Amino acid sequence: MTGQLFEPGFFTNDAVQTALLVGAVVAVISACVGIFTVIRSQAFTGETLGDLGTTGGSASYLLGVSNPLWGFATAALIGAGLIELLGVRRRPDRDLATGIVLGAGLGLAALFLYLDTTSSSTTGVSITILFGSLFVFNTATLPALIALGAVALALIAVSYRMLLLSSISPELAAARGIPVRLVGAAYLVALALAVALAAVTIGAVLSTALLIGPPATALRLTKRPGLAMLTAAATGVLATWLGILLAYDSYYWPPVQHGWPVSFLIVAVIFAFYVLAQLPVLRRRTDRRAPVAATTNP
Amino acid sequence: MSVTPKLSVTGLQAGYGDVRVLWDVSLTAAAGELVCIIGSNGAGKTTLLRVILGLQPSSGGIVLVNGRPRGRGNAAIGYVPQKVLIDPDMPLRARDLVALGLDGQRPGIPLPSRRRRALVEEMLSAVDATDFADARVGNLSGGELQRVLIAHALISRPKLLLLDEPLANLDIRSEQEVVELIARIAREQQLAVLISAHDMNPLLQVMDRIVYLAAGRAASGTVGEVVRSDVLSSLYGSHVDVLHVHDRVVVVAGRATDSSDTDDGGSAQHENLDFVRLS
Repeated sequence: MTGQLFEPGFFTNDAVQTALLVGAVVAVISACVGIFTVIRSQAFTGETLGDLGTTGGSASYLLGVSNPLWGFATAALIGAGLIELLGVRRRPDRDLATGIVLGAGLGLAALFLYLDTTSSSTTGVSITILFGSLFVFNTATLPALIALGAVALALIAVSYRMLLLSSISPELAAARGIPVRLVGAAYLVALALAVALAAVTIGAVLSTALLIGPPATALRLTKRPGLAMLTAAATGVLATWLGILLAYDSYYWPPVQHGWPVSFLIVAVIFAFYVLAQLPVLRRRTDRRAPVAATTNP
Repeated sequence: MSVTPKLSVTGLQAGYGDVRVLWDVSLTAAAGELVCIIGSNGAGKTTLLRVILGLQPSSGGIVLVNGRPRGRGNAAIGYVPQKVLIDPDMPLRARDLVALGLDGQRPGIPLPSRRRRALVEEMLSAVDATDFADARVGNLSGGELQRVLIAHALISRPKLLLLDEPLANLDIRSEQEVVELIARIAREQQLAVLISAHDMNPLLQVMDRIVYLAAGRAASGTVGEVVRSDVLSSLYGSHVDVLHVHDRVVVVAGRATDSSDTDDGGSAQHENLDFVRLS
């Protein structure tokens, strides 16, 4: 039985061990930041920063920087700065400003990816940037990855209560003397870093899946903010590890016996978890719309 | 006992850019006193509360809280803003929101503490919210959410409580309950409470003092001093009648006003809404 679930070498293969470690670190950071992305309705901002990572990642290859993490992080941080500078508070205008930054960034990405493929005459770079490279992760990058992740986590930990209250109601937060705008800017930095880390593991385009999926799943399962964060982190780590396991096993799968892409499998598991979390809640959600639902709680 | 009022506002002016919303507004509120700010939509009720809180600058006048000029994020002031909309998916129980009133402005992650939990519990029972303490905030009814927000504002032991339209969108029974709760809290905790509302009637029985806002100015005093045809007519700059129908007071625009006087005429006519509410 075990021989089929964990194919030979799973626990000894260095690439697998690195993937498991990196995947777990990134999943935890994505979850802790992503909870706020979901409750602040900033999924589009997260997606934009991830897509801008494409620009940074492709530029870094062009410049000969072998580690795309720096490219991802730089582009996401610049994107976050631009979005904050445009500083539009009203939602429709904010989405418009974000979309314009996104469009310009992706235009550059198109150019850089084209130059990457023509100069190195390989499409591998594009695939790595867009869809990740967990099994060929360069261990030399590990310290930088952990350091950037620590910065993101520290920002969230320090601003946790202020960020939570600002996300619930900016008015309530401002009345308590919380610098709402500054807290929002600190959160954007954490978001940019989390997205850059996710881009290294499952690719710039898929980074939002790790950022949004586990927190959205967690919000169905718990009604406490701290617990939601822990649940999201656990869900993210589990999904990532399961994806890695499946990818490893998939070398023995049809059709080509060549392994399935790990990023696809991770995202598929995240999606499956989300769908599963919906099921038991489906009925409760409809009940909740009744006006007296809250008072008749046992 | 100190005789310094908890809140004293003198000759306040405020606005947005060139638009002056408030000019020459004065009022005081002492401990245990319930003061109602009454005015139609756009009369400047929210602006007045936000200026008192320090969330918005004033262009003139003096605001003293506890006899001192207030700063931003003053712990002496509790605030319940208008229209707090919380998504049903927000992972936040009523008790979590109350706890954030205690230390939401502090850095770091809260550690579980017995003292904190006991304080939250005490506040929840003070506003009769223990029944839904563990419900998601986004699922609470309007009246329930109002109670929880009041507990959130009260837990840091303010001296002054500002409530912006706490009765908006409440059904009549919840309205009654929230009014009684606010009056009881003002009395028991010796708080100065400021409530804004567009309809004075639900609050007539409990208010100690009224601040009637119209055309950027305010008439302050007891209901008997302020809600009179002559006082309100001079405030609006056009004739209004004050009618007493059963236990209710209705302010109605009287004679047709000068058509060039659109601003005041508009505000005065708006008071007809009170009349519509009666039927």
